[in-house]
Amino acid sequence: MTDVLVVAELAEGAARKTTLSAITFARQVTEATDGAFDVLVIGEGAEDAAESLTGYGARTLLTADVEGGYTAEAYAPTVAEVAKENEYGVLVACASTYGKDLMPRVAAKIGAGVASDISAVAVEDGTLHYTRPMYAGNVFGTMTVTTDVQVVTVRQTEFDAATESGGSSDTEEVDVADATEAAGRIEFVSIETVKSERPELTEADVVVSGGRSLKSAENFENVLEPLVDALGAAMGASRAAVDAGYVPNDLQIGQTGKVVAPKLYVAVGISGAIQHLAGMKGSKTIVAINKDKEAPIAQVADYFLVADLFDAVPALTDAVKSAG
Amino acid sequence: MKILVPVKRVADPDNANKVKVSDDGSRVTSDGLEWKMNPFDEWSLEAALRLTEDAGAKKRVGEVVLVSIGPKDEVQTIRQGLAMGDERGILVEAEDDDLDSHVVAQVLEAIAKKEEPDVVFLGKQSADGDSNVAGTKLADFLDWPLVNYAMHIATDDEGKTFTVKRELDVGQQTLKVTAPCVFTASDRILQPQAIKNGVTADDFAYPESDGGRYASLKGIMQAKKKPVEETTLEGLGVTPTRVNAYGSFTLPAARTGSTVFLETVEELVEKLQTEAKVL
Ligand SMILES: Cc1cc2nc3c(=O)[nH]c(=O)nc-3n(C[C@H](O)[C@H](O)[C@H](O)COP(=O)(O)OP(=O)(O)OC[C@H]3O[C@@H](n4cnc5c(N)ncnc54)[C@H](O)[C@@H]3O)c2cc1C
Ligand SMILES: Nc1ncnc2c1ncn2[C@@H]1O[C@H](COP(=O)(O)O)[C@@H](O)[C@H]1O
Repeated sequence: MTDVLVVAELAEGAARKTTLSAITFARQVTEATDGAFDVLVIGEGAEDAAESLTGYGARTLLTADVEGGYTAEAYAPTVAEVAKENEYGVLVACASTYGKDLMPRVAAKIGAGVASDISAVAVEDGTLHYTRPMYAGNVFGTMTVTTDVQVVTVRQTEFDAATESGGSSDTEEVDVADATEAAGRIEFVSIETVKSERPELTEADVVVSGGRSLKSAENFENVLEPLVDALGAAMGASRAAVDAGYVPNDLQIGQTGKVVAPKLYVAVGISGAIQHLAGMKGSKTIVAINKDKEAPIAQVADYFLVADLFDAVPALTDAVKSAG
Repeated sequence: MKILVPVKRVADPDNANKVKVSDDGSRVTSDGLEWKMNPFDEWSLEAALRLTEDAGAKKRVGEVVLVSIGPKDEVQTIRQGLAMGDERGILVEAEDDDLDSHVVAQVLEAIAKKEEPDVVFLGKQSADGDSNVAGTKLADFLDWPLVNYAMHIATDDEGKTFTVKRELDVGQQTLKVTAPCVFTASDRILQPQAIKNGVTADDFAYPESDGGRYASLKGIMQAKKKPVEETTLEGLGVTPTRVNAYGSFTLPAARTGSTVFLETVEELVEKLQTEAKVL
């Protein structure tokens, strides 16, 4: 029997959808081992945020109202205390920048090993075997964690968001643990979140990404965005486009950006460097629009339109509009 | 300001698709691939150098110490960093097979306690294991604050406090930290004006670059003479406790089908409608 603690991720007082991927992991493990899972909702407005998570089959929703904006230094002691007071075999969060920042800190506090950014879990004779992408997605390793308690972060594209299973979970408020010295030397100043009317990159069915070749922020807006919207897509970008300041950093796809796996991925003027492929090669259908037939994106593209994007993208936008 | 920069070597990450798995699946083999400094560590090193120099006057004003944990030939990675401008290096000899992010954090904890740097600046992840764990565990072992994925750093007073912006997947966060502390870097740390150290003029801009600075010939010559201290886990009093055990490795399934090259938008729309059925 393995009990699991899911650590929810909040943004502006609401649970982010990343939490539902961690719940999917928790269901897989607890179903295979006859265990139960709790969800720890931690942050400002935790109680309200917990309400949206009541129908997912958690044994208990634990809430901890930590004030003052997120820092791992402020949150980790409480997560570690909850872990110590209960007999969880696994603590899990999504491998978002939140989960990857918080969970190893919790692991250090409780002497646990970390399986980070896993793509699958299998239970054999009660032992959890984790599969995770390495070498920018060019090798998959299967590993175990040898400590009693294990800390896991899950890749959102590989653990589909859990759907509600009905019922309602009990709620219980937990004490906020005292912070250690580190918390006294870090101060949350501000957070700027990006608002978009478009679907979230990691959840979208269609993603259209642009590269350096778009040459300016204006071209992203005037050339690429009409296609993005005609397809009802989310917009992504290569690192080169983000570095050049054409689009904000949260649109970067790749080894150091987001990992996406939509039904349709359209790479516009993107060469397909290995680090970019790491973030999108799990997409179902991949279209490349590039004037260079030799561009490495051909390694993964199903359809490769050899064309100048400044001609092809407006034409494709019109065609999509008249088809839809 | 004194900065400790942990670096490791990885099989050439630009050719990671040539990495193989042994027949029995027990090992990853990178035969034929060159060793390179982990690019994420190269970014941190570049940031550390920028934090500790007067860029206008081309003068060092602080100290950067490189640490590498690994087999003896890892010393080449250290020399490569020294050629970029660091002062000295520490090699902790260990077998790659005995290391995981937990052990690395244990070793770095021991070194940080000995060296007492203001900042430990790690790469956010190793480009081979892609774990993204060592820096965060280290910060907790030391009970120091950590800023993961730093994209902009400004020192407020002689390197004792920093205002740091970090990248999130929902946007950006600004934090104020007091040394000693730990940083990891995002891609944007290499932007021309991402680092303000209070010594280099505020309007100074580094050249656009997506990696660390090149070593000059002079730098390479000097690096050969810079001190590299060699030690071991026992020497540091570290009892390593590995917590991750890899059982097997596989290569990802190749994408099915082959690429269809098209000349016109009409053909593409046709394929997407009738073949892929995504329009
Ligand atoms: C450690 C590390 C991590 C990295 N992480 C990431 C990451 O997460 N994500 C990422 O994207 N990159 C990442 N990179 C960078 C990556 O290696 C590439 O440099 C980057 O992806 C290139 O971006 P690009 O394809 O837009 O630009 P380029 O490589 O310059 O390609 C531009 C492409 O556009 C085509 N083109 C030009 N003009 C036109 C036109 N008019 N019409 C049609 N096609 C045209 C060209 O043929 C070319 O193929 C990382 C690099 C390192 C070292
Ligand atoms: N063997 C090593 N020697 C020195 N530093 C290391 C080593 N392994 C990892 N690191 C540091 O820890 C960071 C994160 O590593 P990881 O947790 O393995 O992804 C790297 O970017 C390095 O800065």
